[in-house]
Amino acid sequence: MGAGHAHKLYRHGHSPVHALPPHTKLTAVFAFVVVVVSTPREAVWAFALYAALLGTVAYAARVPASFLLKRLLIEIPFVAFAVLMPFVAQGERVDVLGMSLSVNGLWGAWNVLAKGTLGVAASVLLAATTELRELLLGLQRLKLPPLLVQIASFMIRYGDVITDEMRRMRIARESRGFEARGVRHWGVLAKSAGALFIRSYERGERVHLAMISRGYAGSMPVIDEVTASRAQWSYALALPCAALVVCLLGWTL
Amino acid sequence: MHVPDGFINAPVSAVAGVVAAGAVAVSLRGARRELDERTAPLAGLVAAFIFAVQMLNFPVAAGTSGHLLGGALAAILVGPYTGVLCVSVVLLMQGILFADGGLTALGVNITVMAVVTTVVAYAVFRGLVKVLPKKRRSITVSAFVAALLSVPGAAAAFTLVYAIGGTTDVPIGQVLTAMVGVHVLIGIGEATITALTVGAVIAVRPDLVYGARGLTAPLKLRVNGELVDAPAAEPEPEPMPVAARSPRKLLLAGLGTSLLLAGFVSFYASANPDGLEKVAADKGIDAKVEDHAAADSPLADYGVEGITNTRVSGGLAGVIGVGVTVVAGTGVFWAVRRRRSSEAGPTSVPENV
Amino acid sequence: MDPVTDVTDVTPSLVPPSLDVAGLAFAYPDGHQALFGVDFRLARGERVALLGPNGAGKTTLVLHLNGILTAGAGTVKVAGLPVGRQHMAEIRRRVGIVFQDPDDQLFMPSVREDVAFGPAAAGLKGAELEARVDRALERVGMAEFKDRPPHHLSFGQRRRVAVATVLAMEPEILVLDEPSSNLDPASRRELADILRSLDVTVLMVTHDLPYALELCPRSLILSDGVIAADGRTGELLADDELMRAHRLELPFGFDPRSVTMGA
Repeated sequence: MGAGHAHKLYRHGHSPVHALPPHTKLTAVFAFVVVVVSTPREAVWAFALYAALLGTVAYAARVPASFLLKRLLIEIPFVAFAVLMPFVAQGERVDVLGMSLSVNGLWGAWNVLAKGTLGVAASVLLAATTELRELLLGLQRLKLPPLLVQIASFMIRYGDVITDEMRRMRIARESRGFEARGVRHWGVLAKSAGALFIRSYERGERVHLAMISRGYAGSMPVIDEVTASRAQWSYALALPCAALVVCLLGWTL
Repeated sequence: MHVPDGFINAPVSAVAGVVAAGAVAVSLRGARRELDERTAPLAGLVAAFIFAVQMLNFPVAAGTSGHLLGGALAAILVGPYTGVLCVSVVLLMQGILFADGGLTALGVNITVMAVVTTVVAYAVFRGLVKVLPKKRRSITVSAFVAALLSVPGAAAAFTLVYAIGGTTDVPIGQVLTAMVGVHVLIGIGEATITALTVGAVIAVRPDLVYGARGLTAPLKLRVNGELVDAPAAEPEPEPMPVAARSPRKLLLAGLGTSLLLAGFVSFYASANPDGLEKVAADKGIDAKVEDHAAADSPLADYGVEGITNTRVSGGLAGVIGVGVTVVAGTGVFWAVRRRRSSEAGPTSVPENV
Repeated sequence: MDPVTDVTDVTPSLVPPSLDVAGLAFAYPDGHQALFGVDFRLARGERVALLGPNGAGKTTLVLHLNGILTAGAGTVKVAGLPVGRQHMAEIRRRVGIVFQDPDDQLFMPSVREDVAFGPAAAGLKGAELEARVDRALERVGMAEFKDRPPHHLSFGQRRRVAVATVLAMEPEILVLDEPSSNLDPASRRELADILRSLDVTVLMVTHDLPYALELCPRSLILSDGVIAADGRTGELLADDELMRAHRLELPFGFDPRSVTMGA
């Protein structure tokens, strides 16, 4: 438990990307996604270039492709929807392999898939190269209201506690032969949720008491100052800037 | 129900971003009255809990599953303002860490899943608690109903957003029925979990339930084995519940939102079927959707007047929209921060950057 | 139940007592009342054990000492300073609480950062902060584990680091909640040596009676939310009737009369 422990998405490393201050990375990822989203969907090649840009970052961060691809699976619900789109959208239709597909739907599917995937990949890279505590420090530096940072840091602290308790409770349930299969198991799951809440709260409350006993008053004390040099900023912002160039080309070509 | 990047067009994302930033700003102000040193971690726990249960998919029917939204739980346990903040933080962290929900769609996600669920749930909850007798059971019952209604409410809100700003023409028509139907089912799951959680917490730690504060017995002193009343010193150690404050504003806001939603949704559903579908697919519904006629929504042709090239015009609108989100969002946060630091008196929650 | 004030050689009139609790009563918000008027004083430099059965209100009392819980009635003063909202930061610096479970106490990614947490929250920076951390770790003999993550240490080591996190704040009084629980005999021994070497006031909450006898000349018995007895540890433990009345039991075969009292 504890805010600083590595999360599952984090991939320990010492690459130049890992070393960048978190707030520069956050800014870069956000700007990149904004640029990607404002790119016209017809400029197919632009998305290929974006993917190449992310590939470069992944290479610099020494994040292997398999790791990245595995994390992309989170997208699956949207892929399912995107696949559905050409069948249900209306407007002009084309025949592909004997199926009547909506042109608009095809573009829509492509749009969601391309932009969504790039967004997910960018976030995955961010999470893979930045520790949780660093992310929070970054958000704090980017002037996110302190109350939100505080809630977020507690959330992460409790996150470990809850996963732990949840795992223990699931093991206890399953060792007694229970498996959630349908509506009639809701009751059990729901009761677990109530118990889980109290168990985690009381555990977390003790951590919190220990914290305020040592003078915690709402924000984590800064033990190691993080500052970003101009060079680090320009390094981080190279990604969205390159993307912006591609985007502008996409609009004019 | 997490919306990814590129699902909703830029202008609507931008507007949703402004709405979300505004709601978060209002909540930040309100939350100062709800939170103190001891309840701040409770807000964090609620956020973590929501994070966890959103990953816990529960079976609905016929092989489909849904997850909790958690807005109702948050509103009841930590109060509506803090509730909005909790769910917003969850969505922000999901976006950054797990890429669940796009960063540019954050406004849409916060508006739909944080603001609408919390406001609807809390309005219903307070209304019911007022009407029902003052017992713990009433609180559990109110929690159930509040959570039950909050989910279809969010589904409807999402539908509305998609109807206006969906990037693809997908017919709605019967989807609305399918959507609301499925979300009522999910709502039952949400309601069950919310009511049981609130019930469990209220049984063990009633001090943790925002909606049920203010039940304390007078203190006694043990003097030579006898119990005597303690001299009345300071009041309750816990800050007095804000629940006593007029919930009327919130009720009105909730009512207004619901009316607005109902009006808009039915308007779009009947006159302009355009795009409810997505949540359906997101939730894994295989509902067959019939093709509907009529494709153009009044906002579908988003463009900048006076520019003839449609691509450039649409693109400009997109860029402007995104710019507006960023500027407005930052502006609101700045305004709130400045106000807060100038107001910050001895009563404020400890805060420093 | 006559208070023993002559146990220490410090004259209480010159220095304000490290801890002064008077008429303390408290009920939890759910209506359950845990404390019913607690009175006691600790002179500076004393080492005192707070004994009591489970559910006597020991932990509740501890949480009042640094203002985490606020008294419903009565007062708590730390070195003359009343516990209350206006001096909260100073109170929390002066009262160092070591909680029962070191996993609750250690929440930072490395031992160094954990020990630095308190002083950094109080505004210490740079070399001064580093020096404070080193000194605290030295005092508990954990200096070489500075950069290790706390959850990779043994339980006894974690408890020592937990003590260090509190010592780093240079408190007026050290409050330990069940310091000996879950420790193997060697770790127990090491912790006792460390506690004996410290020059701060110590309040040790425990139901480990031999440990209390070993370390604390004076003991308080908290029972049913009031101080039921206050005296020399050896005498209290030898009073079979008193012990039985408050559900305190000595381990099998342990006779306090046969043990030479600890310093």
